Amino acid sequence: MSHTTDYIGKPTNRVDGPAKVTGTAKYAAEFNVPNLLYGYVVSSPITKGKITKIDTAPVLALPGVQEVFTHENVPGFAFLDRSYKDDVAPGGSPFRPLHDAEIKYSLQPVAMVVADTFELARYAASILHIEYDEVAHETELVKHIDEAFEPGRGKTGYKPPKSRGNFGKGWKEGVARMEANYSHHAQHHNPMEMFASTVEWLGDKNLTIYDKTQGVFNSQQYVNKVFGLSKDQARVISKYTGGGFGSGLRPQYQLFLAVMASLQLERSVRVSLTREQMFSFGHRPETLQHVALATAADGSLTGINHFAVAETSQFEDFTENVVGWSGTLYDCKNVELGYRLAKVDVFSPLDMRAPGAASGSIALEIAMDEMAYAAGLDPLEFRLRNYSDFDQAQNLPYSSKALRKCYAEGAAKFGWEKRTAEPGSMRDGNLLVGWGMGGGIWDASKQPAVVKASLDVDGHLTVSSGTNDIGTGTYTIMTQIAAESMGLPIEAVTFVLGDTTLPESPLQGGSWTAASVGNSTVEACTKLGEALLKQAQKMDSPAFKNAKIEEVEFANGQLRLRSDSTQAIVLRDIVQASGETKIEAENSTVLTKLEMLKPPKYSMHAHNAVFVEVKVDPELMTVHVTRVVNAVAAGRIINPKTARSQVLGSVVWGISSALMEESVMDHRFGRYMNHNYAEYHVPVNADIHDIDVIFVSEEDDKVNPLGIKGIGEVGLLGVAAAVTNAIYHATGKRVRDLPVTIDKLL
Amino acid sequence: MNSFTFTQATAVAGAVQDKAAHDDAAYIGGGTNLIDLMKENVARPTHLIGLKKLGLDTIENTPDGGLRLGALATNADTAWHPEVEKRYPLLNQAILAGASPQLRNMATDGGNLMQRTRCYYFYDLATPCNKREPGSGCSAIGGYTRVHAILGTSEHCIATHPSDMCVALAALEATVRVSGPNGERTIAFEDFHRLPGDQPERDNTLEPGELITGLDLPEKGFAKNFSYLKLRDRTSYAFALVSVAAALELDGNTITEARLALGGVAHKPWRDKAAEAMLIGQPATADTFRRAAAKVLEGAKGQGTNNFKIELAKRAIVRALKQAAEMNQVLDTNAFQNSNP
Ligand SMILES: Cc1cc2nc3c(=O)[nH]c(=O)nc-3n(C[C@H](O)[C@H](O)[C@H](O)COP(=O)(O)OP(=O)(O)OC[C@H]3O[C@@H](n4cnc5c(N)ncnc54)[C@H](O)[C@@H]3O)c2cc1C
Ligand code: SF4
Repeated sequence: MSHTTDYIGKPTNRVDGPAKVTGTAKYAAEFNVPNLLYGYVVSSPITKGKITKIDTAPVLALPGVQEVFTHENVPGFAFLDRSYKDDVAPGGSPFRPLHDAEIKYSLQPVAMVVADTFELARYAASILHIEYDEVAHETELVKHIDEAFEPGRGKTGYKPPKSRGNFGKGWKEGVARMEANYSHHAQHHNPMEMFASTVEWLGDKNLTIYDKTQGVFNSQQYVNKVFGLSKDQARVISKYTGGGFGSGLRPQYQLFLAVMASLQLERSVRVSLTREQMFSFGHRPETLQHVALATAADGSLTGINHFAVAETSQFEDFTENVVGWSGTLYDCKNVELGYRLAKVDVFSPLDMRAPGAASGSIALEIAMDEMAYAAGLDPLEFRLRNYSDFDQAQNLPYSSKALRKCYAEGAAKFGWEKRTAEPGSMRDGNLLVGWGMGGGIWDASKQPAVVKASLDVDGHLTVSSGTNDIGTGTYTIMTQIAAESMGLPIEAVTFVLGDTTLPESPLQGGSWTAASVGNSTVEACTKLGEALLKQAQKMDSPAFKNAKIEEVEFANGQLRLRSDSTQAIVLRDIVQASGETKIEAENSTVLTKLEMLKPPKYSMHAHNAVFVEVKVDPELMTVHVTRVVNAVAAGRIINPKTARSQVLGSVVWGISSALMEESVMDHRFGRYMNHNYAEYHVPVNADIHDIDVIFVSEEDDKVNPLGIKGIGEVGLLGVAAAVTNAIYHATGKRVRDLPVTIDKLL
Repeated sequence: MNSFTFTQATAVAGAVQDKAAHDDAAYIGGGTNLIDLMKENVARPTHLIGLKKLGLDTIENTPDGGLRLGALATNADTAWHPEVEKRYPLLNQAILAGASPQLRNMATDGGNLMQRTRCYYFYDLATPCNKREPGSGCSAIGGYTRVHAILGTSEHCIATHPSDMCVALAALEATVRVSGPNGERTIAFEDFHRLPGDQPERDNTLEPGELITGLDLPEKGFAKNFSYLKLRDRTSYAFALVSVAAALELDGNTITEARLALGGVAHKPWRDKAAEAMLIGQPATADTFRRAAAKVLEGAKGQGTNNFKIELAKRAIVRALKQAAEMNQVLDTNAFQNSNP
């Protein structure tokens, strides 16, 4: 039976929308606490070497300059590397800002000027004279393939790729084969909001820290460990984030610098980075890949080989799952996978939306297109012939898998059956038309998250958890889930997040927030329901006297009997009768934690299929992506509106990766040269045309009680490959080095 | 950015005097380029002279049948001025192919001429640059040269002038009006910007202290047969890899007059009068256009990562001339590109 307070699955406007469009939503650099000082970071112009001299005197002489921090005067804080490791730190030795004279990468922070105004700090930083002893650097990945090594355990979530069967045999058995190299360059996250931390000094080493982050607890524990502060001394707040895409998964160096300066000067300090400095930390690593495929006469894959080499820094081994997906997505007995890292003089790479899979799916899905042509099959038909009904990599059944529906509904919507296979065979007037497809697979995961639900005497429900909303819609969907769980109108529910004084929640990443915090919200609300029923039973209402929790429901603002909905008590009245100001409950994460220890029983994944149309000018070789259909199977969709936005953003990013986005390194300088928004190209509105998002129905009672798989990343997969495949279909030109800029098509 | 003083000039003479009275003063129009350069510490003026109150923002017909653009008219007001739309649609197209609506609302016509190169190395103090610091070397040579020149380069600098508007002004043979310590003078557009030679720090032929007061367009606007084609790494809000302003006069299918200017390929809007001459008296066919294109690119020299621009420029010239001759929007890949309001 439906209730007026059912919200799950309904398109719902963002509850934080009004705050954002009216400007009342505040970001880390917007907290104007009293007596604030401003730090401005000086970045290294060289890539490798040593600082030999820093002349701080002329800068310190400027009235209003409070301090110039360099490795010479920043005290040693925690000694062990362990203290600098955050939740997602890769293996190795984390970078310590202003630690010593050594320069490890271009744009490394080498000093910070702190002054009374931002403008003064910026000016002072520009005249700070620093001398360096430069030594030769190495930033060119392709020159270091031979030194590439297999990473050890890697960072959290890294699964060393596992081969199976005998690829050599499968390769020989094939009647058709393809083999090729693929590459893409570094990309920087470049969220609109620059990284910033405002640290409010409250006296006696008590700090409130407004940080740009995807996880307040991650920032807090970093500060605790590095500076030896207790949890009470370092409260971290992040209510709004102007985009993250993974860049906020690790505490960035402005957090260290702002806290350090605040502690040293016993003042409130803000440090915000510039757009150029947004190129001075993690990025999606440049990745070189090789794929070889073979098929039998019926088009079934007899062998898959996928090998990748990615760059990492000299000080950490950043790992991601690039090739593993190739052993899962398609059915094949003989799979050989390899993944290696090569060290160059850059900062450690960092997870970027669909880390690993975004890279791997470019190679695999272009290769699948090449293989389809080599085998004389339609690319969709080819994928269907190799559909995986059982996860051979994990040797587990899927908890659910509606990829077939993605193929069918996506193709139908796109009109794929009208495609003619021959490259260059489709036209729109003078323009070449190309249709290409691709797809992908992403983990459906869940982490322990604590949620508190509290109903007050006015009948207002406040649900809280220290998770983040990086623009994905967390505020909204948690409000929907809580409202439906407690049977309250959405206006009577507030979801609070982004504060370390709230119950602990994991980093916002891995597409797991909806599942983790969402299910915990249901659990907390269930507990609150039990408490409310208990309280109701103390009231003078015979109907509920012996009622069990299964026999009641919370709907339309009331507690009522399932068997007789006229037997009802308004929730507010229950709290009022209790004599308390509120009734609260919190979920327990014990079961989730135990669950995570057990070997999984199912392979749990979200999937998608992408269909793309490009139009190409046959002489000028300009490419326009005129149409995209992205069909996604991601379990239950809590809010089709915010979920659609996630997929739209993914498609735009996929087009970006395919056609224009790249951090261009000049290896002579070891420096990314297009470090600004004018030259680091991402699509503008005029580049984006029709995008259709389809969520195919996929019920899954095994993945988690709500059946959520997460939607933040899967939509990106296969998009770049599909665009590239469409360009091939239009022009007959197979470009394997992304982005496909005009010069590669001439 | 350093600290600076600011005066709002109300008369040309006063502005010129103010400039002469300071060592490191700069005029400021819309500020869309200068402020960026100051934030990057590429420009460090200690005094700014605001020009927006000079009253030079009008656009008026001239007695000889031309049109005078005030130096402080914004790029947006210029593009959308009824006389420009009607008589100089090439200029309208070129302006609208540049920057974004917000920038065009701020940017002034004088500032557009004076904007500096977008060479990555020029903007980055960590890399040597002869234009920024004469004698320090040119980092672009042997480096990432996507926005760099293929024509008229020197061993000292391979930068391009980034403007779209100026490419149209070159084709239209505008005249630049300036006022300076030594009085007023006019400069033919082709003589305004210069090639880098051994003085890459000089973008143009303005003398120290000179102020641009306006631009005169001659009567002939080529409103019947014109095209501005801009090729770039995304559909809008990116500088040209190659752009072409083409303007023709036709008698039937025979070309009687031709103008051809290129952007994104040289230190100045690139005009090739020999190539234009080759078009005169010829039928407006692909063959004719290809010959002219080959002529323009005859002396072109790639810098490595921009080698492709030689071929791209040839194709762009052929297409732009074809579009100008046929005035056929279907051929126009800018159909998407000019979707900016
Ligand atoms: C992100 C971005 C993208 C852009 N994309 C494009 C593009 O695609 N195509 C394009 O053509 N342009 C593009 N532009 C550049 C834009 O067109 C110029 O910045 C603008 O035209 C400069 O005009 P302004 O009035 O703002 O100049 P200002 O910034 O005020 O001044 C620029 C220079 O001109 C001098 N100056 C200004 N007025 C006068 C005068 N009357 N006499 C003498 N000297 C003067 C100043 O001293 C300064 O040195 C882009 C700019 C940005 C920031
Ligand atoms: S091309 Fe010119 S502007 Fe660029 S680095 Fe060389 S000298 Fe400087």
